[in-house]
Amino acid sequence: MRLKEKLVLGSLVGSVRDGNRLALARLLSQVENNTPEGKECLNALFPYTGKAHLIGITGAPGSGKSTLLNQLAYTFRHPPEGEQARRVAIVAVDPTSPFSGGAILGDRVRMRELAGDPDVFIRSMAARGSLGGLASRTAEVVQVFDAAGFEIIFIETVGAGQNEVDIARLAHTTIVVETPGTGDEIQAIKAGILEIADILVINKADSPLVDNSEFALRSMLDMAPIGTDYYHSMEMRNNPGLNSPKDWQIPILRTVATERQGIDALYQTIQSHAEFLQESQEWIERERVNLQTILDNLIQNSLIDQWRKSISNDVYQTVLESLISRQTSPYQALQILMKGVLP
Amino acid sequence: MNEPKIRVLIAKPGLDGHDRGAKVVARALRDAGMEVIYTGLRQTPEMIADAALQEDVDVVGLSILSGAHMTLIPRVLELIRANQQEHVKVFVGGIIPNEDIPALLQLGVVKVYGPGTVTDEIIRDIRAQLSSSEFSEK
Ligand SMILES: Nc1nc2c(ncn2[C@@H]2O[C@H](COP(=O)(O)OP(=O)(O)O)[C@@H](O)[C@H]2O)c(=O)[nH]1
Ligand SMILES: [Mg+2]
Repeated sequence: MRLKEKLVLGSLVGSVRDGNRLALARLLSQVENNTPEGKECLNALFPYTGKAHLIGITGAPGSGKSTLLNQLAYTFRHPPEGEQARRVAIVAVDPTSPFSGGAILGDRVRMRELAGDPDVFIRSMAARGSLGGLASRTAEVVQVFDAAGFEIIFIETVGAGQNEVDIARLAHTTIVVETPGTGDEIQAIKAGILEIADILVINKADSPLVDNSEFALRSMLDMAPIGTDYYHSMEMRNNPGLNSPKDWQIPILRTVATERQGIDALYQTIQSHAEFLQESQEWIERERVNLQTILDNLIQNSLIDQWRKSISNDVYQTVLESLISRQTSPYQALQILMKGVLP
Repeated sequence: MNEPKIRVLIAKPGLDGHDRGAKVVARALRDAGMEVIYTGLRQTPEMIADAALQEDVDVVGLSILSGAHMTLIPRVLELIRANQQEHVKVFVGGIIPNEDIPALLQLGVVKVYGPGTVTDEIIRDIRAQLSSSEFSEK
């Protein structure tokens, strides 16, 4: 681990709560690296979490997520008359190169307007081999921001695939960003990702194809109204907080992020969604889903670790070899390994 | 515990018009397994220091072609120190006249790279700097 930590643990937690940005930055690294110190700080900070509005933003690379966040965060900092400015954190996840383990984290390039604001904190995270659009410690990093008093926490996902449902389990509000293209393209993009959307955004609405896209998106939503079987796949049924509840009509908004067009409407829609969640009790439901997901993941990882330690490598390798030579089926291999002794 | 990664901020202070060189370095560092935060063109020293803080980086690489290095670099160093990030190693690349180099090193820049530097050298230097000080055994 790094020796550069000059702040000792106890004071790290206190400093983070007091708004010390250096302490916050260092704690985020500890948490990201899953160090024992990081875990201890998370324990101490946990009682202070649960206050922030977590907003996920997902969509293909290049669709304009970072540019939108720049504008949205700016609006939360400089809201319309009569509304309070909120402290904003942004967690931007980018892919890790599977070849080198390195990463280029480029989301800050689009977030210039937020520079110099002491109530904005942007942190880039590499996915570090985790699939599903988030890094394995994104949820914990978000907890630190929450405990540090950031009221709005944006999470930008990698945006690579169909299986980015993790963000819907973490966030209260999930924004899915599409860009104009042919209807077919949209169909292909996301049979899976549309169902996690609370708000659909068609960014780059300066393109002439925008009408087509909106039409295609609307008909997809109409074809599968909330509450039908299409939306209530097995997983959705088991995780009631994952999809939009019945009486929230998923809005489709057009934006041109580079021109700040449509941003105020998006801001208002996010606020309305937060109100809706609060009034319908769905907020609490989503917090349940979030925390249960975190717990279940921890249990899973820790059981695997424990089991790995309990079984001799010889037994494991022998079973593996016999699987590879097709003398043992995967299910038989599992049975042997769960018993822990070779037959 | 995850293995900590070397985190590097690559920034272009001043009004330079292109960032080809900076991008080449960013990619090379990524391919060497580092996490590179890339901030793009026209960064003020304040933006650079603030990003270095928020991202908790180990290294800041500044690329300057504009000739304004003798005003921009001291300011970046000063702000990084004011943020209590003295441990951050600052490297400079770009077009820097030889006679300016001693002054920059004196100010705390670890090394200055001219045009045509091979990226392997930068990678080696970063690793050497961090293993000798901030990064202990993994
Ligand atoms: N024409 C147009 N370009 C946009 C718009 N929003 C973003 N872009 C550009 O799209 C590119 C990718 O944007 P970025 O925010 O990095 O996308 P991300 O990968 O989803 O985070 C950048 O060059 C942006 O300037 C938009 O509304 N219209
Ligand atoms: Mg982005």
